[in-house]
Amino acid sequence: MMHHRRALAAFGVAMLVAAACGQAAPSPSGGAATATAAAAKRGAGGDLKILYWQAPTILNAHQATGTKDADATRLVMEPMASFGKDGLPVANGLAAEIPTTSNNGVSKDFKTVTWKLRTGVKWSDGTPFTAKDVQFTFKYQCDKATAASTFDRCDNVDSVVAKDDTTVVVTYKESQPFYYQWGVGGGSLILQEKQYTSCVGAAAKNCAADQKPIGTGPYKVDSFKPGDVVSYSMNENFRDPNKPFFKSVTFKGGGDAQASARAAFQTGEADYAWNLQVDATVLRPMAQQSTLADLKTVYGSSVERILVNFSDPSASLGDKRGEPDTKHPFFSDKAVRRALAMASDRNTVATRFYGDGLTGKPTCNILTAPEPMNSKSSASLDVCKFDLAAANKELDTAGWVKGSDGVRAKGGIKLEVTYATTVNAVRQNVQNVMKQNWEQVGFKVTLKSVDAGVFFTNTSPDGANHFWTDVEMFTNSGDPDPTSYFNGWTCAQATGKANNWNFGNYHRYCNKDFDALVDQLRKETDQNKRNDLATKANDLLLTDVVVIPLVNRTFATSGVSKTLKGVDPTPWDSEMWNIADWTK
Amino acid sequence: MGRYIARRLLIAVPTLIAISFVMYAILALAPIDPLSQFGADPRIPPEAREQIRHALGLDEPWPIRYVKWIQGMATGNFGYSFMSHSPVIELLLQRLPNTLAVVGVAYIVGFIIALPIGVFSAVKRNSVLDHIFSTGAYIGFSVPTFFTGLVLIIIFSVKLHWLPFVYDSNLKVNDFGTLVQQLRQSIMPIAVLGLFEAAVLTRYIRAEMLEHLPLDYVRTARAKGLLERFVVVRHVLRNSLIPVVTIIALGVPTIFGGAIVTEQVFHVPGIGELLVRSIFQGDTPVVTAVLMIFAVLVVAFNLLADVLYAALDPRIRYS
Repeated sequence: MMHHRRALAAFGVAMLVAAACGQAAPSPSGGAATATAAAAKRGAGGDLKILYWQAPTILNAHQATGTKDADATRLVMEPMASFGKDGLPVANGLAAEIPTTSNNGVSKDFKTVTWKLRTGVKWSDGTPFTAKDVQFTFKYQCDKATAASTFDRCDNVDSVVAKDDTTVVVTYKESQPFYYQWGVGGGSLILQEKQYTSCVGAAAKNCAADQKPIGTGPYKVDSFKPGDVVSYSMNENFRDPNKPFFKSVTFKGGGDAQASARAAFQTGEADYAWNLQVDATVLRPMAQQSTLADLKTVYGSSVERILVNFSDPSASLGDKRGEPDTKHPFFSDKAVRRALAMASDRNTVATRFYGDGLTGKPTCNILTAPEPMNSKSSASLDVCKFDLAAANKELDTAGWVKGSDGVRAKGGIKLEVTYATTVNAVRQNVQNVMKQNWEQVGFKVTLKSVDAGVFFTNTSPDGANHFWTDVEMFTNSGDPDPTSYFNGWTCAQATGKANNWNFGNYHRYCNKDFDALVDQLRKETDQNKRNDLATKANDLLLTDVVVIPLVNRTFATSGVSKTLKGVDPTPWDSEMWNIADWTK
Repeated sequence: MGRYIARRLLIAVPTLIAISFVMYAILALAPIDPLSQFGADPRIPPEAREQIRHALGLDEPWPIRYVKWIQGMATGNFGYSFMSHSPVIELLLQRLPNTLAVVGVAYIVGFIIALPIGVFSAVKRNSVLDHIFSTGAYIGFSVPTFFTGLVLIIIFSVKLHWLPFVYDSNLKVNDFGTLVQQLRQSIMPIAVLGLFEAAVLTRYIRAEMLEHLPLDYVRTARAKGLLERFVVVRHVLRNSLIPVVTIIALGVPTIFGGAIVTEQVFHVPGIGELLVRSIFQGDTPVVTAVLMIFAVLVVAFNLLADVLYAALDPRIRYS
């Protein structure tokens, strides 16, 4: 169930693009899309078969519970623009161009963004699309009672107003360096006002439109069986007369990752198979020997990491267990944390379990993308180098002495670590490698694995949120704008009883210096300075050993038929972001 | 008999209420919730999580949710899925045909295979063929279906490319071509389930036959000079099938429950697949609906089995 993490990554998608602020010039139109066959004709292809081992259950990205839903919706509905590979917007959606400071689309104070929409766009039912629909989408999505899972797009947004039929103005309450937050990417798909007008607020629940949405995208829904299959046919009203290429699309769900891989590589029953998270030793030969399909991956900000607990998880504390105001018995000593980091062998893990670049590569950065924010200094940090001797020395110096059982202790406190993660073959292998090394430097390690559904339940005592163990491991990812990601390590976000373990700082880490960096990140508008701040925040989390990043995992890991052209996943948007350009 | 049935139906009501309560309580107290789908994603802020929880009605105490739910059930309202926001009953109706087409057919196929083999094994007891069939039956119900399923896929889909293993639920059978397609896509799951079912039933039929063969009435029949074929089919088999009918009736609800593993392996969107996925996703309205229907069927078919038993065996009378 590791997929949850990345699942979200794709659908929340959006925050990206910090890189876009200011000077960077986004590509004008479809720039990131790879070569589209010039001769492509609408409907020239037959049926495109897409296989997701998690089946879509709802066709409204704003009500999605995972990538599967947002991706299945993306064939039908579009945002104003998509996020390309570099985290910058690409105008392959409803906007005619990307607003920037240089074309006066973005105000000098970074508060208002003026979007120019394409003219003559029609919904698949033949009615005209206008800026009113965009304004309506904001009303729907940002009404609290709608309970949209894309609600984070609304943060700091004051209004979205249709000035005329083809102009939309997005106004932020405060200066917003990440001014593409609302309107770009998978979290900002535009709904048809006519269809959704009675589905706003509390009425959004159980809205029939979510089963058969009308969109402006290249395909339209013919039939949808939740949890099973979506059948689409081409949208005759799509704005580009030469697209889409396929007459119909079958978006089938179910099975598991390995079966999906088999369908793509061995039997050819799928033209596109999603998220093939199969053990690297199985996946590699399958992909290499296949005459039918290729493995296509893209790296983004998904990082498998080990979190260090700063609070005291001892059960004897009762109500105080793991609360932010408690102190971890030995991780409060930085030397112990440093030793743990130095005894963590990320290279072996990446090579053996992630196929050395097949589905992941070693990283010591907690923020790996976009590239200008990917810290270069971490490589030389001592905590990023696997060195058992140095780890032993660190603990010796700090006065942690090995007992007869090989476990170090100081003042009656033993270095006994409980290490939790989800039930998952790869993760259990990683746990074993870590345990072996950590025990060599004098930790005693107890391994624990919890069903992913339980692990990610905020109220579960065995869950990641409670973090009633000493270290835990899972994957998370950030946005091109890392502000909300880093916010998860600030003092105010410390999770605990008071917030029903809903807050994002599971470590209960609190450091004024780090908070100050995140505050600056919220306000800074100069892109170079932002990159610098993000890198600093990354480095601080490493040197303070709050978190031990292990592997940068592929964001998209798809089996793509050798005959299918135009697939070009971006780590910041839905894998289906450019499906209008896919051909055979 | 009428009074007996009426009494059994009345007892069924409190039984079902008790089942529903226990089931709901277990689901409500289990540490699983639909929001776990979001994981630790920072893009679903706490505020949004609380709103979603509220929209799903999860912020109410579970006894209140239970009362609301059972009121709905009583009026035939199965509620809405947390995941798809569509009526649960629609999801069930979409999946029932697939389950019947695969699991139901497999059940019938299993019986058709088991009947002659069971009879033969009993009549020719300890013959070479009986030993072969018995060994086959033991293997049949000892090897898990996910294993046989994968073996079939590797042989017929991966190596030979003869059969698809991704089930297409949109296929409508309206001519010979689509019928062939339907057979091609369902033959593997039906084979897996049917052979398993046959293995189990063979043993029952054989055992029942063996019990009846040495009885006096059989000797009498033979003494009358009846052909051995008539003795076996008309006399022994008919009597032996009485308990088998009960077993088959009791097994019918499991058809509706789908075949969780096999459906998963062959991508058959049946009720079993729906149930297991809904459990993992914390989609409790779907889980409770499926389990409740299952409970009703079990109770109903238990009654039916008893009634059938009485109808088939004149010695049994309920009062």
